[in-house]
Amino acid sequence: MSVTDLHAAGLRRDERLERWKLFGLASPAILLVLVVLVIPVGWLFYVSFVGADGNFSLENYERMVSRKSYLRIFVTTFQVSILTTALCIVIGYPLAYFISQLPTRWANLCLVTVLLPFWTSLLVRTYAWLVLLQKQGLVNQWAISLGLWDEPLKFVHNMTGTLIGMVHIMLPFLILPVYGAMRAIDKDYLKAASNLGASPRRAFWTVFFPLSTPGLFAGSLMVFVLCLGFFVTPAVLGGGRVIMVSMKIVSNIELFVNWGAASSLGVVLLVLTVIILWIASRFTRLEQMAGGGH
Amino acid sequence: MTAKTGALPITVRDVTKTYGSVHALDGVSLNVKSGEFLTLLGPSGSGKTTLLMVLAGFTRPDCGSLKFGEDEMIRTPPHLRGVGMVFQNYALFPHMTVAGNVGYPLKLRNVPKAEARDRIDRALELVQLGGYGDRGIDQLSGGQKQRVALARSIVFEPRILLMDEPLSALDKKLRDRMQIELRHLHEQLGMTTVYVTHDQREALTMSDRIAVVNRGRIMQLAEPQQLYDRPANKFVADFIGDSSFLPVAREGAGVSFAGATLLMDGAVPEGNDLLLMVRPERVRLLTGDLPGDTNIFDAKVTELVYQGESYLLYARLPEGSEIAVRGAIREGTFGKLPQVGDAVKLGLHKADTVVIADGER
Ligand SMILES: Nc1ncnc2c1ncn2[C@@H]1O[C@H](COP(=O)(O)OP(=O)(O)OP(=O)(O)O)[C@@H](O)[C@H]1O
Ligand SMILES: [Mg+2]
Repeated sequence: MSVTDLHAAGLRRDERLERWKLFGLASPAILLVLVVLVIPVGWLFYVSFVGADGNFSLENYERMVSRKSYLRIFVTTFQVSILTTALCIVIGYPLAYFISQLPTRWANLCLVTVLLPFWTSLLVRTYAWLVLLQKQGLVNQWAISLGLWDEPLKFVHNMTGTLIGMVHIMLPFLILPVYGAMRAIDKDYLKAASNLGASPRRAFWTVFFPLSTPGLFAGSLMVFVLCLGFFVTPAVLGGGRVIMVSMKIVSNIELFVNWGAASSLGVVLLVLTVIILWIASRFTRLEQMAGGGH
Repeated sequence: MTAKTGALPITVRDVTKTYGSVHALDGVSLNVKSGEFLTLLGPSGSGKTTLLMVLAGFTRPDCGSLKFGEDEMIRTPPHLRGVGMVFQNYALFPHMTVAGNVGYPLKLRNVPKAEARDRIDRALELVQLGGYGDRGIDQLSGGQKQRVALARSIVFEPRILLMDEPLSALDKKLRDRMQIELRHLHEQLGMTTVYVTHDQREALTMSDRIAVVNRGRIMQLAEPQQLYDRPANKFVADFIGDSSFLPVAREGAGVSFAGATLLMDGAVPEGNDLLLMVRPERVRLLTGDLPGDTNIFDAKVTELVYQGESYLLYARLPEGSEIAVRGAIREGTFGKLPQVGDAVKLGLHKADTVVIADGER
C-alpha cells in the first residue's frame, strides 16, 4: 500500500456510512409513501382493469371513450381548472406585488391574512359562500336593498358559484410562491433599470415581471393541478350542474357501486396530472413550487 | 464613444438629508468639474452612498439644489437623468445574457439592432470582455461581472458616471489592476465621474480630486497630494495616512513646541488649538551632523516593530507626546537601529512641518 492510499478505504467507508445514515432519516417517509401511495395506486390500476364479470377487461376505459357524458365531464374539469387558475392569476399577482412592496412588518401581517382561510375547514368556508351567495343570501339582499339589481341573481348552483368558491380557496396557493419570487428580487435590479433609462412601467415589464415568472408559473401549476382533482367546492356550490371528474368518481361508487368505473377515472386523472407536471417540469424546476425564489 | 465632448459639470448646493435624527447629508455643497474624476472618501456611515443616490435620483433630499451643467435636476426622476451608475453589487439582470445586459439601455433608447450590436461589442471590447456576449451572468467571475456592469453603464454614453465602491468585492490583486483600468477608461472616455470608496489608497491612486466626507459634511475637497500634505483639519489628517499630533502654541507668525520655535515653510492656520502633524515616513533618525533646515526633537525609543518592507519605531518626547517613525529596511539596517530605551534625535524637515487646527473645521 503506497503512502497516498493511506486511509483511502476507511475514508470511503465513512462516506458510504454517512449516505446510509441520511437515507435512514428518510425511511419513515419512504415507508409512508409506499403504504399510502404506491399500494393504493397499484390497487387502483388493478381494479380499473377488472370488468363487471370479474375478469380482465378494458370495458371501463372503453366506456369513457364511447359515452359523451364522460367527455363532457373531462371538458368541464379542465374548464373549471383553467378558469380558476386564470382568475387566481388576475387577482393574486397584483395582490402579491402589492404585498411584496410593503415594509416587512406590514407584508407579514398581510400574509397572515392571506393564510387565515387555511385555519378554517374547507367545508365551512364552502358553505359560508352558499349562505352568502344563495337566492335569499346576504349578497342578494344587500344588493337589492341598495338598488344595485332588482331580481335576486343566481350566484350558486352553477359555474359562477363554483368559480367564486374555487378561486377563494386556491388563491393562497398562487399568492405564496409568487410573493416568494417577488420578495427575492433584489431592489437594486429595478434601480439599475431605471438608472439605465427605463420608466417605472418599462422597468416592471422588462425586469420585475420576468424575474417573478418562476413563482407565477409554480403557483399557477399548483392551483391548476389542485383544481383537477377538487371535490368539495364544486359539489356544494355547483349544485349538480358542474360535474367534475372527482364527483363522477364519487357517484360511481356511492350510487352505482362500480369500483372499476371509479378506478379508471382515477387512473386517467392521475395520468393526466403526471403528464402535465412532466411537461411543466421541462419548463421550470418543480422545486420552485415549494419555495419560490430563483 | 465620444463622451469627451459631452462631459457635464455637477453643481451640488446645500443638499440636506435627514433620517430621523441622523443627518446623512448636512448642507453639502460641491462642484465637480467637467470630465473630472472625483472621489468621495469617508468612514462608514458618513453619507457617501446617500450623496451618490441623490445624484442618481434614488434618494430625495430634504432640500438643496443639484445641477448637471445648467439644468436643475433635483426633481428629475432617475430614468430621465441620463447618468450611468455602477452599483456596489453590480445589479446585473440575471435573466439576460451579458450582451442583453449591456444592450438594455440601448433597447430602451430604440437604437437600431445593427448599431446596438456594434456598440455592445465595442463596450465589451473596452472592458476587455470581447466575445463574452452570449455568456450568462452566473457564468462570470466577480471581476468580469464588475466589468460588465461598467460596460452597461457607459454603453449609452452618459455624460456623468457614478460608481459606488465598485471594487470592494474583489480581491486585492484584481482590485489593484481594476483601479488602473478604470483610470485608463476614464482618460479615454472623459466623462465626469464621481467615485465612492472608503479605501484611502484607492482614492489617492485614482482621483483628480478627493472630497473627504464625515458625518454628512465635506471636510476637505482637494487634490490627493494637497490632501495628504496639507490637510485642512485634524479629521482629514487622521483619516488619511498615519500621523502623530503634537500640541503647539502660536508665536508671532509661527509656532513653538515645548518652548522652541519651529522652522516651517507653510502658513499657520487660524484658531487657538494648534497641532503639529507628524507623518511617520517624513521623520528621519538623525546621526552625526545635524542639518540646519530641520526641526530636531530629542526622544527615547519605546517600541520597535518589524513590518517587512519597513520598520516602525515609537519614541517618547520629554514633554510626554509620542511620535511614530517609519523607515525603509535595506542592507541590513534593521539590526543597526536604536533599541528600546535608547536616546535618539528625530528630524522633521521644515517643508514637512505642517501645523493644523484642532477640531473638524
Ligand atoms: N434608508 C435609510 N434609513 C435610515 N437611515 C439611513 C438610510 N440610508 C442611510 N441612512 C443613514 O445615513 C447615514 C449615511 O449612510 P450612507 O449609506 O450614505 O453611508 P456611507 O458613507 O455610504 O457608508 P458605507 O461606507 O458604510 O457604505 C448612516 O448613518 C445611515 O445609517
Ligand atoms: Mg455606502
